[in-house]
Amino acid sequence: MFEIFGVPSNALFGQLLIGLINGSFYALLSLGLAVIFGMLNIINFSHGAQYMLGAFVAYLLLQFSGIGYWPALILAPVIVGITGIIVERTMLQWLYKLDHLYGLLLTFGLALIFEGVARNFFGSAGLPYVVPESLQGGRNLGFMFLPNYRAWVIVASLTVCFGTWFVIERTRLGAYLRAATENPQLVRAFGINVPRMITLTYGFGVALAAFAGVMAAPIYNVSPQMGSELIIVVFAVVVIGGMGSILGAIVTGFGLGVIEGLTKVFFPEASNTVIFVIMAIVLLVRPAGLFGRRG
Amino acid sequence: MEQRIADPVADPAAQKPSALRRQSETIAFVVMVAALIVAPFFTYPLFLMQAMCFALFACAFNLLIGYVGLLSFGHALYFGWASYLAAYSAKAWGFPPELAILTGTATGAILGLLAGSLAIRRQGIYFAMITLALAQMMYFFALQAKFTGGEDGIQAVPRGHLFGLFDLRSEMNMYIVVLVVFLGGFLFIYRIIHSPFGEVLKAIRENETRAISLGYKTDRYKLVAFVLSATLAGAAGATKAIVLQLASLTDVNWPMSGEVVLMTLVGGLGTIFGPVVGSFVILLMQYKLSIVGEWVLVIQGIIFVSCVLLFRRGIIGELANKLRIRL
Repeated sequence: MFEIFGVPSNALFGQLLIGLINGSFYALLSLGLAVIFGMLNIINFSHGAQYMLGAFVAYLLLQFSGIGYWPALILAPVIVGITGIIVERTMLQWLYKLDHLYGLLLTFGLALIFEGVARNFFGSAGLPYVVPESLQGGRNLGFMFLPNYRAWVIVASLTVCFGTWFVIERTRLGAYLRAATENPQLVRAFGINVPRMITLTYGFGVALAAFAGVMAAPIYNVSPQMGSELIIVVFAVVVIGGMGSILGAIVTGFGLGVIEGLTKVFFPEASNTVIFVIMAIVLLVRPAGLFGRRG
Repeated sequence: MEQRIADPVADPAAQKPSALRRQSETIAFVVMVAALIVAPFFTYPLFLMQAMCFALFACAFNLLIGYVGLLSFGHALYFGWASYLAAYSAKAWGFPPELAILTGTATGAILGLLAGSLAIRRQGIYFAMITLALAQMMYFFALQAKFTGGEDGIQAVPRGHLFGLFDLRSEMNMYIVVLVVFLGGFLFIYRIIHSPFGEVLKAIRENETRAISLGYKTDRYKLVAFVLSATLAGAAGATKAIVLQLASLTDVNWPMSGEVVLMTLVGGLGTIFGPVVGSFVILLMQYKLSIVGEWVLVIQGIIFVSCVLLFRRGIIGELANKLRIRL
């Protein structure tokens, strides 16, 4: 054991790890927000609630059907994604021609509904979700102890983030998506079903949130308000990074998670607010955001 | 947001609807004042005072969203911090109520200036996210600061004597003060909206780029509107702290920001009386539904969704539409 700036190394690396974990959730959620915003022109306020739903679906699958973590990691995003598709078909699709703010207000209402229902059935206290057996334990790296599950969360979210980036930036499907973001009429004229693409994009973005929720379940408790606390921070992350760039969202998410973790070591009182303070500084210095275009 | 304000000078055909609008507004104002004078004899004055504070809060919020087109999702910041400062100055420093309310109002103005000058650097949807994030930051400060009393809030705030003369422990005296603050704020907002300054705000709402090309420094107009809105929200929060003798974390947290959006949306965005009607409706609903506990959140969510999908004009907007009055 040694010390860095008067802080024991294992405390420092422990907080760095927590920062990376938080950062991977920031990255996954801001990525989903950016993808949805690109296609639908709507800020999905219910993103946090859908993250929470993902965790609850995983919890319910385990409690009532004995379906464990690994199947839930696929099933929960699919189920929540389908509810997202229903929401898009029945509600969101009527708002595309209106001012941005109506999409925000509608999804805010949805977030209240999801959170309220969850609170009624499960109360406000968190419910525990056990770490899957295959990922229990951890290894000693010499300078710190690394729990296997946390290592898995970082690897998995990095994989999903870069997978999403690859699909959008490097494949034909992604090219259609980007084209439809720029000019939907023209893409429709080429015979591509843009409304269906929009629906599936929303479903995918929501599924990403639910995926993050399932991964979060064993780390934090499963609780109804886990989403609303997170989504506001993610909004700040999105303001800092700008929604123009997928890679920007990923980098900003992880970076801010790490900064938050470091703040917890050196200046714990500010750890709740550091991301908001950074947002204020970025707005002063680079109003368009780190990766954003002016607008 | 659909309604355009007709310019009576440039468009002679619009003269009549404009006169009709003014007439109906006068009638509505007289009815409102009469109802507020009579109401305390029939129902709980405390409920009415609370509703008037929220009505002023919603009117202040509506000044931004309805007339400049800026959605601030963090208005609890000004309301809540004003209520803290009013409560603290009345309790710890022994300020008389009028000074305590002024302290709170000034707090709203200063915070509005700080948050506003950051938020107007971005447009549209980012504006909403920035205001929300800044409000959340200040929520954490309120949670950690010593003087706010943390989870307990500031309780048992003395109402004191107004100008050293009128004992506000009497519900009637307090009621008159709240009524005066509310009507003062309401008329002030009405004056802003119908001033040349207000016309520029509406031009920014309709087409900001065009307003810029006409030579208006729209950022400055937006900032002034933001500060005015935050100041009035502060006045509402400060008055509420004196009335309920309490300032707590509920007032600075994000659900409060959501609630004022809901009140305005239900009543009618961009209508003068909408926020007033909306806040009475929502507050009444909360009182009546307090037995169902957590379901209130779900019901609020359902109202949000149905307002956005089915009647975006809100109660007053729909009513005006039925009566064929152009707002």
